[in-house]
Amino acid sequence: MPKSVADLAAFDVRLTDARLAFAGAKLFDGLGFTLEAGLWTCLLGPSGVGKTSLLRLLAGLIPDTDGVIDCGDGAPLAGRLAYMGQQDLLLPWLSAEANVALGARLRGQAPDRVRARAMLARVGLAGREADLPRTLSGGMRQRVALARTLMEDKPVVLMDEPFSALDAITRHRIQDLAADVLAGRTVLLVTHDPAEALRLGHRILVMSGAPARLEDTAPPPGVPPRDPAAPDMGGQLGLLLGRLAAAAF
Amino acid sequence: MRRRLERMCITALGLVLLWQMAVWTAGMPAFILPGPVAVMNAFVVHAEVLWDDTLITLAEIALGLAFGCALGIATALFISYARPARRWLLPVLVASQAVPVFALAPVLVLWFGYGMASKVVMAALVIFFPVTAAFFDGLRRTEPGWLDLARTMGASRAVILRHVRVPAALPALGSGLRMAAAFAPIGAIIGEWVGSSGGLGYRMIQANARVQIDLLFAALLILAVFGVLLYYAVDAGVRRALHWQPETIPTDDENGAPP
Repeated sequence: MPKSVADLAAFDVRLTDARLAFAGAKLFDGLGFTLEAGLWTCLLGPSGVGKTSLLRLLAGLIPDTDGVIDCGDGAPLAGRLAYMGQQDLLLPWLSAEANVALGARLRGQAPDRVRARAMLARVGLAGREADLPRTLSGGMRQRVALARTLMEDKPVVLMDEPFSALDAITRHRIQDLAADVLAGRTVLLVTHDPAEALRLGHRILVMSGAPARLEDTAPPPGVPPRDPAAPDMGGQLGLLLGRLAAAAF
Repeated sequence: MRRRLERMCITALGLVLLWQMAVWTAGMPAFILPGPVAVMNAFVVHAEVLWDDTLITLAEIALGLAFGCALGIATALFISYARPARRWLLPVLVASQAVPVFALAPVLVLWFGYGMASKVVMAALVIFFPVTAAFFDGLRRTEPGWLDLARTMGASRAVILRHVRVPAALPALGSGLRMAAAFAPIGAIIGEWVGSSGGLGYRMIQANARVQIDLLFAALLILAVFGVLLYYAVDAGVRRALHWQPETIPTDDENGAPP
């Protein structure tokens, strides 16, 4: 069964003095920010500014980088995060259930099949356990990926534009679902969609320039997932779009 | 499946007819191009000899296929896992392909004798490189996102190889195996031509020298049918094993399409 929010003991994640260069060009230098415990931080910015690199750096996927990662509870971050990529990253030769339980298999542990089934049911895919990814729709596949992330049950979740390939309606529904099932975890969501950031972010960071800088943007009032039809969401979206467009050049 | 079988039978019948027509219209003497009836007759007359030869050649092909594929798979795994092996071994492997394997046939017969061993080695050598190259290519083209995901889940390199890279490379290995199935008979036959005391290739050379052209064609026919069967068997096996793979070219067979 899904653990309660309190069990996860969310903590702050602070990155300081991060430095990364590609082919001699500095992507960012001396960059730092804090992911606040149990909240969603959305990272926006024009493409190519280094959002994905920053997320990969946090995930420990870039070897030999500068940057210090501190967790609020003093323990290292490695092994305590779950990652969700731009595609669903389901392994096509494994069933939905086996994909959800992939982490255990890769760590050489016996997969908890009951829990994997519960996670699939949590994302509305009960009965599809044995299905291969190719028989599922794009939205379903992304929901399996979400179930896999839940199965990992990590206090920190790093997501790199996970919903960008979906159509608007499916995206809207899966945003609701993600906000619901990942509540209480410390989440970093990299996105190029200002509407998504306005819907889901407790905090919104805009990344721009070369080397890149981060700027806080006040999120709209209310608790995520916010209603896109709420008054002034349109105005906020326009302002944010304007800022991003200006940052792109 | 039944429709496909029907189509194959009709094609075979058409080819035999075409053959007979060619014999009639060109007026070829039987020692240049024997007709289908003459060849069928040769099957009956030389049944025993042809059966023994077929068994020899089949054994050579099967063993060559097994050794060549095993060696190719092992080499691909080794060079994809061990970085020094990749740096040192890969250029040697690629350069070795500049030597035509068939040119080695006399040497192989010298070293491994006139028996089956030299043909098995020959077939294995012909197969080895396509299998290695195809599988290695598949192993290094793993979707980078899968590797990222596996790393964040705390998987070691060996585990990633076993649970992610190898399964992901199986379609590429499948292409390599199909190629191997097509090449293996060539290796065995060339080996028999160069020096042997039995087998379909040996029988063809013998029959040619004795102007038993009908026998030559009978041996050739067995070889052709077996080559086709081997290819289809491997192809079917590969498809079965990779049922999870989305088919990029849809089958136009009414009943053959996967669900």
